[in-house]
Amino acid sequence: MIAQDFDYLRRYLKERSGLVLSADKQYLAESRLLPVARKYHLADLGLLTAQLRAAPNGPLGGDVIAAMMTNESFFFRDKLPFDYFKVRLLPALVAARSREKRVRIWCAAASTGQEPYSLAMILHELGPALAGWRVELLATDIANDVLEKARSGIYSQFEVQRGLPIQQLVRHFNQTGDVWQIASDIRGMVTFKVFNLLNDFAALGVFDIVFCRNVLIYFDQPTKSGVLNRLGRVVAPDGYLVLGAAETVVGLTENFSPMPDHRGVYVPKAARVMAPPLAPEQPRPLPIPRVIAGGER
Amino acid sequence: MKTCLIVDDSSVIRKVARRILEGLEFQIQEAEDGEQALDMCRRQLPEAILLDWNMPKMDGYEFLRSLRRLPGGDSPKVVFCTTENDVAHIARALHAGANEYIMKPFDKEIVEAKFQEVGLI
Repeated sequence: MIAQDFDYLRRYLKERSGLVLSADKQYLAESRLLPVARKYHLADLGLLTAQLRAAPNGPLGGDVIAAMMTNESFFFRDKLPFDYFKVRLLPALVAARSREKRVRIWCAAASTGQEPYSLAMILHELGPALAGWRVELLATDIANDVLEKARSGIYSQFEVQRGLPIQQLVRHFNQTGDVWQIASDIRGMVTFKVFNLLNDFAALGVFDIVFCRNVLIYFDQPTKSGVLNRLGRVVAPDGYLVLGAAETVVGLTENFSPMPDHRGVYVPKAARVMAPPLAPEQPRPLPIPRVIAGGER
Repeated sequence: MKTCLIVDDSSVIRKVARRILEGLEFQIQEAEDGEQALDMCRRQLPEAILLDWNMPKMDGYEFLRSLRRLPGGDSPKVVFCTTENDVAHIARALHAGANEYIMKPFDKEIVEAKFQEVGLI
């Protein structure tokens, strides 16, 4: 790949997806894009770049972006955010929403679905007290091909062994040969949708909890600030933002501040009264969610 | 340093598992079958046991049932590590007192994740 084509590709990825590809990552671009070139019957990456320039909004662009994204994901990744969700964030919201009985959750970089399905399993297991509640679980990603895998809910033996306790595998998955498919009742709790984090979030509505984990690390500072500022407009005043372990809001936005003693959890900056924490060994019983798909507040 | 007993009739698997678990700072003991492993546990119980299913003399399932009946035998965390990868075997293992279950083939990340899951790391 000649330097001019690589420079064009870097600009294209930055403008279209926010992904910052440093100048020393040409090898990465070549290794990931050659299969895309083959898919489009293009002999080399020069021809791929030429076609991208000619039709930047075409399907090739989507495949180029998807190929350059890192989609590593596993169930209950980092564990702690899911513990917080179960014993602190959700109980606080259930207490605060006892009248409207509605909770909206957004996984903003859902990748192949492990994160939203982990949340769905928690919601499913929390039991009978959410009866009559509407719990919406929206999962978005920029790449349609990873969402197709997410929608299928089918994972390899390796994938189901990373982070997923064996009891939950047995309880929530069906085995077919060497692969495992998450049960239809869990799949039905999640709505998957292609969405670019560079776009306006307003049409998605307001959310009580947003998981936006391990995606900001691929953006430059202005793009991170833009995403966090837009998140500030869609997280409810008493809602929560959950970022990845290597991510922060500090120095990037004035909209959120860290939640004390809850690493990776951020709250809108407006003054709020926090609900008392629940002891982990005595989680408040939650009603069974009546989960609905998508929708907007 | 925590101790882990690796029970597998394959010396290759024992060697691979030893390398992974020593990397996670476990002190390793090895047994070739359930009978040998049970003798070792009668003398001293380890904190963790990585356990194959199909072995000569005494298989992993019978070993686990015998282990759990020993005085203090409920304390070791037992992680099955086997090619018996169907739900029926997994359910049987859990019913017999297994704490986690690794389906072969495995890699370092899976072993680490499972040992974390049961609080060994």
